[in-house]
Amino acid sequence: MRLLYFAWLRARVGCAEEEVALPPQIHDVAGLLDWLRTRSDRHAEALCNLGLVRVAVNQDYVGFGHPVRESDEVALFPPVTGG
Amino acid sequence: MIRVQREDFDVGAELERLTAGNHRIGGVASFVGLVRDMGGSDRVAALNLEHYPGMTERKLAEIEAEAHRRWPLDAALIIHRYGRLEPGDQIVLVATASSHREAALAACQFLIDWLKTEAPFWKSEATPAGERWVKARAEDDAARARWTPPL
Repeated sequence: MRLLYFAWLRARVGCAEEEVALPPQIHDVAGLLDWLRTRSDRHAEALCNLGLVRVAVNQDYVGFGHPVRESDEVALFPPVTGG
Repeated sequence: MIRVQREDFDVGAELERLTAGNHRIGGVASFVGLVRDMGGSDRVAALNLEHYPGMTERKLAEIEAEAHRRWPLDAALIIHRYGRLEPGDQIVLVATASSHREAALAACQFLIDWLKTEAPFWKSEATPAGERWVKARAEDDAARARWTPPL
């Protein structure tokens, strides 16, 4: 799975992009976020407040209950501030 | 039409191009967003705009298509910049053209309200106290919520 991080989430995780092998027991965004928090202290700190985390799967906004698959591009980022 | 670019834009030239050759257009509405400097301890020396290439264009195209569904527009244009910008620089241009002003004005406001809460851009500010990420504003969510139904 391709994971992308933007804005302060990128800064806190410490990378803009990573490839991960999705554990077979993970089927949705909530499960993915729980698992990511166990990957490193930086991940845990970046993802400690999920109220500030927005998720896009294959470039569409989704909720935490949305399914995820190994072939997905999943982006994590804070609420947008353009315009 | 959608453009995501690092370069500045010329509003006059863009509006001229938008309406060129279409004499059914009776009015053009436009919004230009600029980099603000609030002064004092919040002095902003520069703004950096990050975005999600691919998803940005996709969301802007969706928003533009929705404006065309809701109002009888002859043309619409969204240009959004990314990269390093300074106070006074142009960030975004939204322009809409229609036979009558009601559609053009309403669609223009709709587009900027939706863009601010839907398009994946993030601003960080360089201030005397260091780099800080701009926080999303509740007012922007409220402005978008006026437009129903949601996409």
